[in-house]
Amino acid sequence: MVDLDPTVVAVVLAMSVATYATKAGGLWLLGRVELSGRTEAALDALPGAVVISLLVPTLSEFGVPGLVSAAAVLFVARRTDSVLLALGVGMVAVISLRRLL
Amino acid sequence: MSQKRNDHAPDAPEPIESMSFSSAGLRAGFVRCTPIALGVAGYGFVFGVLADRAGLSAAEATLMSATVLAGAAQLVAIEIWTEPIPILAVVGTTLVVNLRYLLMGAALRPWFRHLSPIQAYASAFFTADENWALTIGELRSGGRQGAFLLGSGLAIWTFWVLATLLGVTVGGSIERPARFGLDFVLTAVFLVLVTELWEGRSSLPAWTVAAVVAVLTARLLPGYWYVLCGGLSGSLLQAAWYDG
Repeated sequence: MVDLDPTVVAVVLAMSVATYATKAGGLWLLGRVELSGRTEAALDALPGAVVISLLVPTLSEFGVPGLVSAAAVLFVARRTDSVLLALGVGMVAVISLRRLL
Repeated sequence: MSQKRNDHAPDAPEPIESMSFSSAGLRAGFVRCTPIALGVAGYGFVFGVLADRAGLSAAEATLMSATVLAGAAQLVAIEIWTEPIPILAVVGTTLVVNLRYLLMGAALRPWFRHLSPIQAYASAFFTADENWALTIGELRSGGRQGAFLLGSGLAIWTFWVLATLLGVTVGGSIERPARFGLDFVLTAVFLVLVTELWEGRSSLPAWTVAAVVAVLTARLLPGYWYVLCGGLSGSLLQAAWYDG
């Protein structure tokens, strides 16, 4: 039942090497190189900027139901800190709005 | 507040003279992190469902969670995962999303340089956002248990991997996903991630630039270049914005 495609395994391992390089690299490299506050600010801003870049262009594909549901997800996530509750509300919102609109 | 601080000030951090690396520290980390790891399992489950939809087998998705162990990067990778796999984009965005770990690892140095290289670099593998924050809090308040990061990381890893396996198994039994709004799940996941990455108004300029550049490059360039273009422009703007 173990179903492993060699290409997929190779890509997964490349991802794990890239990730481990960043996790261990901070311990190793940054003890030897002095990082400027400016560089730190740039690295710190990367994950948020990447997720926003992924999110915004695709958001319009879902039309009005998607935008309203997105607002609901943001609201619940901010208020409750619960991932599953926020996702659940988003799903229910998108399904019902698609029926209504 | 006018009182002069000196070396014996009661609120001065203890000097770091040595660190332990014991099974007690390992256990303490695991136990303290378990409630947090349960929350992480929610993401793991969703990742499993989405990995199944992207065409990964249960073994492949579980392998990814077990060896990569980076929530945001894995979710981004699975979003751009198609057949044939855009290898450069997948590995490149993984690297870029994870660059923040460089800073997180660097923040551990004052304590971790007292550990042996094997202890430090094995623990580094188990760094995730949640248990890193827990560990740093512990160390800053005077904790000297070097195995705390490893213990808390093992809690995250266990729940992350099991939840992935559950998600990819359950996900396979769902038919006609659009009917159930499942095409919207990943977008919703990124929205939740965004609320966690938001650092207040200081995030706004970089995020605005990232959004604008991403929308424009999505129209001009094929594939997923817009993710890297948007992400890097946001990051560069943050650097330009930085003062002192």
